[in-house]
Amino acid sequence: MSEVRELYQELIIEHSKKPRNFGKLDGADHEATGFNPLCGDKVTVYVKLDGNVVREIRWEGSGCAISSASASLMTERSKSKSLTETDALFQIFHKLVTGGELEEAETAQLGKLAVFSGVKEFPVRVKCATLAWHTLRAALEGTKTVTTD
Amino acid sequence: MTPIGTPTTARPTRTTEPAPGGFNAERIREDFPVLKLKVNGKPLVYLDNAATAQKPRVVLDALRKFYETECANVHRGLHWMSEEATRDYEESREKVRQFLGAADVKEVIFVRGTTEAINLVAHSFGRPRVRAGDEILITAMEHHSNIVPWQILCEQSGAQLRVAPINDDGELLLDEFEKLLSPRTRLVAVSHVSNALGTVNPVAQIIEMAHRRKVPVLVDGAQAAPHLPVNVRELDCDFYAFSGHKLFGPTGIGVLYGKAQWLEEMPPYQAGGDMIRSVTFEKTTYNSLPYKFEAGTPHIAGVIGLGAAVDYLSRVGLARAAAYERELLEYATERLRRIPDARIIGTAREKAGVLSFVLEGIHPHDVGTILDQEGIAVRAGHHCAMPVMDRFQVPATARASFAFYNTPQEVDALIAGIEKVKEIFS
Ligand SMILES: Cc1ncc(COP(=O)(O)O)c(C=O)c1O
Repeated sequence: MSEVRELYQELIIEHSKKPRNFGKLDGADHEATGFNPLCGDKVTVYVKLDGNVVREIRWEGSGCAISSASASLMTERSKSKSLTETDALFQIFHKLVTGGELEEAETAQLGKLAVFSGVKEFPVRVKCATLAWHTLRAALEGTKTVTTD
Repeated sequence: MTPIGTPTTARPTRTTEPAPGGFNAERIREDFPVLKLKVNGKPLVYLDNAATAQKPRVVLDALRKFYETECANVHRGLHWMSEEATRDYEESREKVRQFLGAADVKEVIFVRGTTEAINLVAHSFGRPRVRAGDEILITAMEHHSNIVPWQILCEQSGAQLRVAPINDDGELLLDEFEKLLSPRTRLVAVSHVSNALGTVNPVAQIIEMAHRRKVPVLVDGAQAAPHLPVNVRELDCDFYAFSGHKLFGPTGIGVLYGKAQWLEEMPPYQAGGDMIRSVTFEKTTYNSLPYKFEAGTPHIAGVIGLGAAVDYLSRVGLARAAAYERELLEYATERLRRIPDARIIGTAREKAGVLSFVLEGIHPHDVGTILDQEGIAVRAGHHCAMPVMDRFQVPATARASFAFYNTPQEVDALIAGIEKVKEIFS
């Protein structure tokens, strides 16, 4: 598979075209908007917590295929997860897209998120892949806006 | 085969007669070492000329010659090398004067680039004369560097920024522009060619309209100087700015042309060495033009390299090159039009060098990444013209921008690349 096919795996294209959990979440108790000035990507993440657990999560925004698919898959994966689990997942994901060494257990946890493995060959696109995650973290920390700069 | 860049093929400077056919881009390419590069295993197809243009060997040689044989400061040494450097530096100024058709070398100020040129005018021309309630008039297609300095000036002075609208083709609405010229307008600042849309503005008409009301005009020529013959005296503009790096010259050097009458009146922009005649702790008298605006050690190598670039362009013949580029742009436009779901942003009747587009449902950054894998360099983004993106309701565009060394085969490669993008996203 060529590098570019590796980057734009089918699942990524599919999620970018039909993003899951897309749209505002009424009654969200946490929300934040993230910007990637390089691409002009914009992602707003809404979260409803139940104690320490992400009960509901939705997102809206616009951007490149990588950032949209990442937001879509992130919301799928973090639903019903505890904050600690979400944070750990972000760390593994970050390692994946920046070309860090993953331990076997970490790879196992990635699941579908492994489709972003091609990003590491495209350093300028790392921010696209991590934007939604940074925004989620900001939402949970109570910061309203973040940029990838 | 003799590359165009060698002195043996020297032609008289700057032809303005209509272009004879048979422009030989393949031969021109020989003059640009970088064009032989491979990217991702594919021949480089460089279509990002509006961001910066590649440099012919003669420019690289001029830089090397300066550093190897005459590296010295200018206007201050009594020794041989300093004299050589000063002579070459000032010869470049004369070359630029001819290139722009300016009346006098003292009207040619070396700066870092278009951005610095505009800031200089905002600072030294704008600040002393713009008051609360006054207006600065720009257009809706300006580069950020022809917006933000005026916004700052307006904030500081209480003046208003007025913006002349454009139509859906990306053409300035001249009637609207004229209506916005008011007794309070202190300056018009307008791009000659839009970097995001490729529109060539009718600057001669704009200048005439403004001058009828005694309003001076600054022309941002960053995208025009490399593509069209420019004559500042025929245009009668008050200021003209361009960047050397977009004109096949080095980075970090550019030119502000200003009418002597204004430059004489204006206070210095930066202060330091070279721009003074005499200094005591009580009083400093400034140097004469153009040195009043060239404080500190200038980018000497850059100036000399720019002189070489200007020489090169006069040998190539900008009018002939422009005619060739126009055909190339038409060809590219025609081919892109035939791709379903491609939308061209910027469809003005008069265009130069730029083909901005979006593909339905595919973000320009994804287009850029996939084209890059094919060795094709385009720019994807807002092109430092976010208001233009808002006007056309797109977050960004992909932009192919051409120079006279680009070929129809490269356009074909671009089109094939776009087909590949569509296939990946199908
Ligand atoms: C129309 C226009 N104006 C101004 C500039 C700024 O030029 P520079 O960055 O060389 O100062 C550019 C460069 O992109 C441009 O295209």
